[in-house]
Amino acid sequence: MAFESANGAMGVMIENLSLSFGQTEVLKGVNLEIKPGEFFTFLGPSGSGKSTLLRAIAGFGPRPSGRILIGNDDVTHLPPWRRNVGMVFQSYALWPHMTVRRNVAFGLEERKVPAKDIRDRVDAALDLVGLLELAERRPSQLSGGQQQRVALARTIVVEPRILLLDEPLSNLDANLRVQMRREILDLQRKLALTTIFVTHDQEEANTISDRIAVLNDGITQQVGSPMELYDEPENRFVAHFLGTANLIDGAVQNRDGKTVFAARDGTIFPLDGAQIEAGDQRTAMFRPQSLRILSQSAPQEDALKISGKVEHREFLGSLFRYSVRVGENMLLVDDKHHVGRSTFDVGETVMLGLDTKQVRILTK
Amino acid sequence: MKSIARGHWGPGVVALFLGLFLFVFLIVPVVKVIYVAFQDPNTGALTLINFVDFFRTSLFRESFINSLYVASMSVVLSSAFALPLAYFTTRFNFGGTALIQTLGIIPLIMPPFVGAVAMLLLFGENGSINLLIDEWFGFTIPFMEGLNGVILVESIHYFPFILINLSAALNNIDRAMEESAQNLGASGTRLFRRIVFPLAMPGYVAGASLVFLKVFDDLGTPLLLNINNMLAPQAYLRITSIGISDPMGYVISVILVAFSLLALWTSFLALKGKDYATLQKGGGGLMKRDLGRWEKIGCYAVVIFILLLVLSPHVGLAILSFGTVWSYAVLPDAYTIDHYFRVFSTSSQYITNTLLYAGLAATIDVVFGTAIAYIVWRTNLIGRQWLDYMAMGAVAVPGVVIGIGYLRTFFDYNVPVIDKPLASWWVIIVIALAIRRLPYALRACMAALQQVSVMLEEAAENLGANKRRTVARIVVPLMTGGIVAGFVTSFATAAVELSATIMLVSAESDAPLAFGIYEFMQSASGRGPGAALGIVAVVIVGLATYASHRFIARKEAERTPGIAVTTGV
Repeated sequence: MAFESANGAMGVMIENLSLSFGQTEVLKGVNLEIKPGEFFTFLGPSGSGKSTLLRAIAGFGPRPSGRILIGNDDVTHLPPWRRNVGMVFQSYALWPHMTVRRNVAFGLEERKVPAKDIRDRVDAALDLVGLLELAERRPSQLSGGQQQRVALARTIVVEPRILLLDEPLSNLDANLRVQMRREILDLQRKLALTTIFVTHDQEEANTISDRIAVLNDGITQQVGSPMELYDEPENRFVAHFLGTANLIDGAVQNRDGKTVFAARDGTIFPLDGAQIEAGDQRTAMFRPQSLRILSQSAPQEDALKISGKVEHREFLGSLFRYSVRVGENMLLVDDKHHVGRSTFDVGETVMLGLDTKQVRILTK
Repeated sequence: MKSIARGHWGPGVVALFLGLFLFVFLIVPVVKVIYVAFQDPNTGALTLINFVDFFRTSLFRESFINSLYVASMSVVLSSAFALPLAYFTTRFNFGGTALIQTLGIIPLIMPPFVGAVAMLLLFGENGSINLLIDEWFGFTIPFMEGLNGVILVESIHYFPFILINLSAALNNIDRAMEESAQNLGASGTRLFRRIVFPLAMPGYVAGASLVFLKVFDDLGTPLLLNINNMLAPQAYLRITSIGISDPMGYVISVILVAFSLLALWTSFLALKGKDYATLQKGGGGLMKRDLGRWEKIGCYAVVIFILLLVLSPHVGLAILSFGTVWSYAVLPDAYTIDHYFRVFSTSSQYITNTLLYAGLAATIDVVFGTAIAYIVWRTNLIGRQWLDYMAMGAVAVPGVVIGIGYLRTFFDYNVPVIDKPLASWWVIIVIALAIRRLPYALRACMAALQQVSVMLEEAAENLGANKRRTVARIVVPLMTGGIVAGFVTSFATAAVELSATIMLVSAESDAPLAFGIYEFMQSASGRGPGAALGIVAVVIVGLATYASHRFIARKEAERTPGIAVTTGV
């Protein structure tokens, strides 16, 4: 398979990659295909193996089994210094004994680039991240955001085949994080550089990525665009990890020629039109914004109406999030807020409407 | 209102007393020494003539060069011991790591001069090792010949200073520092030279300057090895043989202080603004790898060789203390415990004096150390930092200089009641020891106090305890571990101090252990009892160190169950 695009960007192929720290198996047969020029994210909680996978691509950590290809080049057994992949470390790992310029020049010096070219390329890279005037500073004299930019400049100046970013925003404060992720994305688009980004923050992943691989427990749970993962999660883990979800256990059954979901407490959800195989041990998933609290007077076109009792209420600014007890389930309902909107009190009995087209049936 | 007023004035009064004490017993004597060095001995006018005389005299020029040479070569040899050990422990998964780390306490439990004579018997021209080499290969190696002996003895005692500092520096390097270099194409020796070595350099320089300073100032080792053409022995000999008014002792003192300051300044510069402790959460130090079979054998061989070398003074001393006659032989002719009997029956005052002096000095140190730490960190007294600076300044003052300074300053002052000059009263020895060891105790107390959250004190005050009661009931109990550590470090090093005490001992009955060992070792027949006394010193210091380790470990265990006392301020 060709893994190189017309502009020189390279793809990454990970085949059946497994890796252990001593007795602990951290990656358990990961398969992934990252397209040339893509901004790809490994998303998962801590301990999911996302950083380990990224480090394995760079050549760090225990020797894995399986294969890693960059472009058409099998790098599985190459040492880190022969891989030519750029990595930005979570801590930035700027060398405190060198100036910004020396830090950025390091990789070019290792590649025996002539001194004059080094100067020009370092200037260009620092200019690109807007830090040319701070070239003679030491890393300790820079702010967190500036250190981040130096780390980026140091990595891209060597023109690596791919760019790896290990939670690069986790050490920045909230505002700077939003700004930096835009800058990183702009830079990636400008350079058309295949980029793999590691994060545990789903908002970060959603806003920046072309595609995301959700990792948990050493395996990929699902791969897809941010919207696909949010709308069509394949399992409970993905449904939960990308946003808030209502998950109801039950079974898919055929009743009178119609497919329905029967929750354990007896509630029946009609699943009209959907081609879903009958079976036990299924989970119905729908997002809090798919539920509405029905006012008595409004027309009631929803496919399913259920009544329940409000047990908690949280004001989140743009919406109220109600926890409503329905049978043995607690459902989260998001009610958009605007001035003058009537609210519901804890203890009140309300009627909920659900658009059943929004319901997804999970098998895992 | 009364208790508030007391809480307000208390620290000020204490600070004033401490300041006065340091001024009288540290600043005045040192300034006096420096002043005399620049004074014309006949007219009393300020002049550089003494320094001109010093450098015109060939013996002094030679001594100066010898001292520089010995200190420099000791740094080189110490580095040769320390570098491989530091590298092994930080780079490899290696079973000998714990063994190597325990080497760090060697210089604490026995100062170099105690083992110097034993080293002569092991490594001297007719020592055990050379007798064996001569028998097997037909030649000898001048390990202990002249200055070589001083260099060897000093190096094997002081190399742990480099080992500890360098290991700490290496262990503090974040793994990402190395990984990012590999990621950019560096590997092997280039990676070591460009990233690891520069990052560890400040730690190395700090350790090396400490070795330089210690060796340059040391009086006991050259005296015991009968090497007199070095600076510290010259200062001692001038003052004791020619007299307290001879200016050369003072000139040498100024040179010793100047080089001490230079070494400390170097170490300060090396560490200044280079907080290379780059360790991040989960960073875990440098990459370690497993050793191959042959590599493991090689590593252990090096470690065991260095260990044997380092322990040889102790082993030699033990043999000497049990040996009858040991001369021109690989081992003594026969063994006996008579030396110990002789020491305990005729010279037990050395031991009791030492316990008394070192115990008193260490008590003064921790009391003053705790007070200074509290004043510096918890009060707003103007100039409180100067207490810290003055107390730490003692680090830069060699023992010889303190000795000469005390003799010159306090000889004219008669203590009332006992009607004796202060300079020859045994209490002056205690004060000298306390001043010299105060920096150790102070650092331990400072560290301990920084571990105690201000909130814990505020809680006590909120519940009605005044400052004095809060310090007594909350601060000091929480500082116990650090205070004990400070006490033991002061006690252990004071128990074997020689360079200041040797000048201040005025009567044999007032003399401590270190002086006794020195006296015994002067004659061939005294070597056995001297060695026995040395072993007693090692045992006392070793026991104290061990007991404090146990005590601190127990304290730590009591405090660890999740109590948030370590919240920084």
